[in-house]
Formats: sequence, C-alpha cells, structure tokens
Amino acid sequence: MKTELSGSHAGGSIQGNPGVDAVNDIVMAGNKSKGGRPYFLEDPAVERVLNIAMAIATEVAVAHERMDTLERLLESKGLLSRKDIETYVPDEAAAEERQGWHARFTARILRIVQQEAEALAHPENNTPMRTIADEINEM
Amino acid sequence: MPYQLPPVWTELKQHAVFPEFSHDERARYNFLANLNRFVSTVIAPGNQLAYTSRVEPAFAKEHGRSFNDRFEVGEAMKKDPVYQMWAALRRSTMEMRQQNGRSVVLRQANQLAQKVAHELEGTQILQLKENFQVPPYLTHVDNHLMPGSYHTEYFPGDVSNAANYDSGLFVTSGGMLGSLTDGGGRAIAAWVKETYPDFHPKQILDIGCGLGHNTLPIALAFPDAQVIGIDAGAPMLRYGAARAHALGINNVTFIQADAARMQEFANEQFDWVQTTMFLHETGGKSIHTIFAEINRVLKKGGLNLHIEQPQYTPEMSMYEQFMRDWDAYYNAEPYWGHMHDLQPAALMEEAGVPKDKFMQVGVKAINDLDKKKQDGKVTEDYGRSPIWNVFGGWKA
Repeated sequence: MKTELSGSHAGGSIQGNPGVDAVNDIVMAGNKSKGGRPYFLEDPAVERVLNIAMAIATEVAVAHERMDTLERLLESKGLLSRKDIETYVPDEAAAEERQGWHARFTARILRIVQQEAEALAHPENNTPMRTIADEINEM
Repeated sequence: MPYQLPPVWTELKQHAVFPEFSHDERARYNFLANLNRFVSTVIAPGNQLAYTSRVEPAFAKEHGRSFNDRFEVGEAMKKDPVYQMWAALRRSTMEMRQQNGRSVVLRQANQLAQKVAHELEGTQILQLKENFQVPPYLTHVDNHLMPGSYHTEYFPGDVSNAANYDSGLFVTSGGMLGSLTDGGGRAIAAWVKETYPDFHPKQILDIGCGLGHNTLPIALAFPDAQVIGIDAGAPMLRYGAARAHALGINNVTFIQADAARMQEFANEQFDWVQTTMFLHETGGKSIHTIFAEINRVLKKGGLNLHIEQPQYTPEMSMYEQFMRDWDAYYNAEPYWGHMHDLQPAALMEEAGVPKDKFMQVGVKAINDLDKKKQDGKVTEDYGRSPIWNVFGGWKA
C-alpha cells in the first residue's frame, strides 16, 4: 500500500507509537492527490497566483476572527467597550500614522503593478540584464 | 431574501474521538464554509447565464446545431471566462479544505489513534483483516482530492484521514448535512420508516459505510436491528467504530470487507442492504459484481436501497449533465459520470429486483442545524446539494 511519507518528522514526538514519527504534518498536510491537476484559467501562472491569493484571503479571515474573539472576550471582562471601537475617531497624529500604514500596505501588495507602470513610463530603463551585463563588461 | 449564512463550525457535535481544533483552525473552516457558500450561490449561477447567453448560441452558430452531449458542452464552456474563474475557485476551495483539515489531524495523529484505541478497548464492534486487499478502484484515485483516500494509514492504528473526513465534510457541504454530518442517513431512515411502517428489519447491511455518518441514523431508527457497516478503509472503520461507541450507539459493527466479495456473509442473511453515496466511488466492472453480491446476501422480500445523485437521463439538460459531471473529473470522483449514465432499474434487476418492484424517489437531507433560519430552498450546486435520488426495490 502506498503511503505518503515524506521528509523528516516536523511535529512533536509522541511516545507510544514508533510509526507516528514518520508523519511530517507540515509537508504532508499539503500532499497532492492522485491524478493530474486541471488548470481552468488560460494561463496556469494566473491560476497559481489565484490559489496563493485565496490561501492568503483565508488567513486574513482567520486573523479577523481572532481579533473579533479578542474584542468580545475583553468586553465581557469589562476591559474594553466594542462601542468605543466602533465610534473611535483618531486624533491628528494617529490618523496620519494609520493612513500611512494603509498606504504602505497597499504599496506592498501592488508593488508589481506599480513597477509595470514604471516600466512603461521609463522605456529607457528596460534593457535586458544580459545586454546590460555585456555593456558593463565594456565599461 | 437575505443572504443565507452557513452555520458556524462549532455547531458540529464534538464526540469523544473528534480531533481538537485551535481557534484559528476553526476560523479557517468558518471562512472556507462561507467561501463555498458564496462560490456556489453567487458565482456558480453565472455559468448558466454564460451558457445560455453566449456559449450555446456561439456553438449553434458555428455548428448549425446544439450540443450532442455533455462533453461538447464541456469543451465549449472551458473557453468561457465565467466558467474558468468559477472552476478555478471551486478547485481551490477543495484543495484548501484538504490541506487545512490534514494540518489539523496530522499534528495530533498519535493522540487521535490513542483516543480511538481507548474508546474501542473491550468492545467487539470492529473487525479488521490482515493483508486486506483494497479494491483497485479505490487505490487508483484519491476520492474528493483527499490525499491517501479512505484506506491509507500513515502508521499502525492511524485514523488521520477519517478524522479529517469527519471534521471537514461540514466545510464542503456548507453545514447542510447537520451536526453529525448525517443528513443523508437521517433522510433515508425517516423515509423508510414513514413509507414502510410494517418493515421491521433485523439484519441490516450498509455497504461502503465509511466512518458511519449515514449508518448510525439507520441504527438509531431501528434499535432492534443488528447493523453491519462494511468498508475497505481501515482508518474509516476504526474511527467509525470508536465514534459510534462514543455516541452510545451499540447495534452497529464495523467490518473490513470488499463489497464485491463478501465471503463473511451468508446467502440471504440481510433484510435490508443499503448504500449511501457509495456506488459512484466504485468501478465500471465492480459495480456489477457488487450488485450480484447484494443479491446473494439479501433475503427474498428484502429491501435493496441506494442513495445517489440523480442519474443522467435524456430529460436532463446537457448543461445540467455537464455541471453534475464536474466533480467526476475535477473533484476526483472519476466513476461519477459513467455511474450516472447507468439505468438504475437495470442495475436493480441484476440484484434480483424485477422492474415492477423498482422504485425511485427524491429525498432531501434532514439537517438539525437548520433551526428554521433557512427557508428550506437550496441553490442547486450540482453534486454538492443535499438533495438525492433514492432508488431500489424489494427482492423477488
């Protein structure tokens, strides 16, 4: 029978069952199932990125749910009022910091799109690196 | 009508051998259940629109005729961007569901095995065989994109894949199968009791029982019966027996057996032979051997019943056949399409049920999580909806 053991044991070692040491939970969680994987989008590269984006979307939702739990627990213990959160208005300094965070966050996410726009704006800066290497070799 | 939210994952019943979930692991499943709900209710209907408004007209214009079969529909739909995105997202949710579920159970694989062994101590409700030959139709594919499928053990006594299946089916079904994921079994038990109030089976066989999701409601509904669940997957049987015991259900035995060769059972042993969402995970030759075996072990006058998705008939539109076929190829249930091309009445004849004793009805899952919050309407999600075709009959 084919089992899907791979890599070294990455979880905590547990006594009592020697076979369990073969379980690498981190790698095996993501094992591929049998059969060729279909790609539905015309460019598999796009589908690859879509899958990464959806996994990150999951983690954003998880972080959100954890924050929600935290807020509700803090409120139930009288340490925080969620109404205060909903009605919170930042002062000038806080507003500046927060907007800055959003701007940097957005820029990080859309880096590649920004750079593709820059490439169009500055065609002179798009020489292939092989050419540059040859040019530098002459400098 | 307001948007219908799926129930939160914590509404699943946590029995004694259920895997432990951290806060974030639960949250991951809450998101995935919602993602599935959104993809199936908001995005998927776009397929029908694309088909009607441009895919079918373009094909008709080019070929001077409409589609001959679902495969032609598939080739045409493949080029449509609405279908492409829906399919890519659907595949992605299935793969994420597997990875997320596996990461939960594999990190606690040994604890789960120990919990199950502890639960089964002193019981005689589990029979596994040494050197059991798993049927080739099971080893050839990882059904539902579950790596290792139902039968793979990562170490002796392992139940990881079963625990993953038990705790994660909620995500794929959007919580529509109930707190014990037993909506199918509940539906069939209720239907049989209501339709045949004078039927009092003593020996019931559930073939391809898996971890017993749909076996236990039958055992509960017929407490005087001895129920035997058979399956090829040792992890499923092990976990299923422990789960049944933990839930206090004592009239079920889980036996490792090949449905095509049930030597352990006598001729005409059973009053009722049941399969639930099993036939489409067999194979094109085996299904006939299985029906012959069912005929052998079923008593004369016994009930032979199967829950499946609707069969493909000439009345079903090519579009619907194509959509229903999606899971066959893209959710790794490859016998699905061929199985649903078969005529149930012909299959039943092989199992000794003459045409005049054949019956076929539609049933809907009985979902204890419904709580009247939902309006009872289900958006068609081809192959995922908790609405089934029941066919069967009484052996002559």
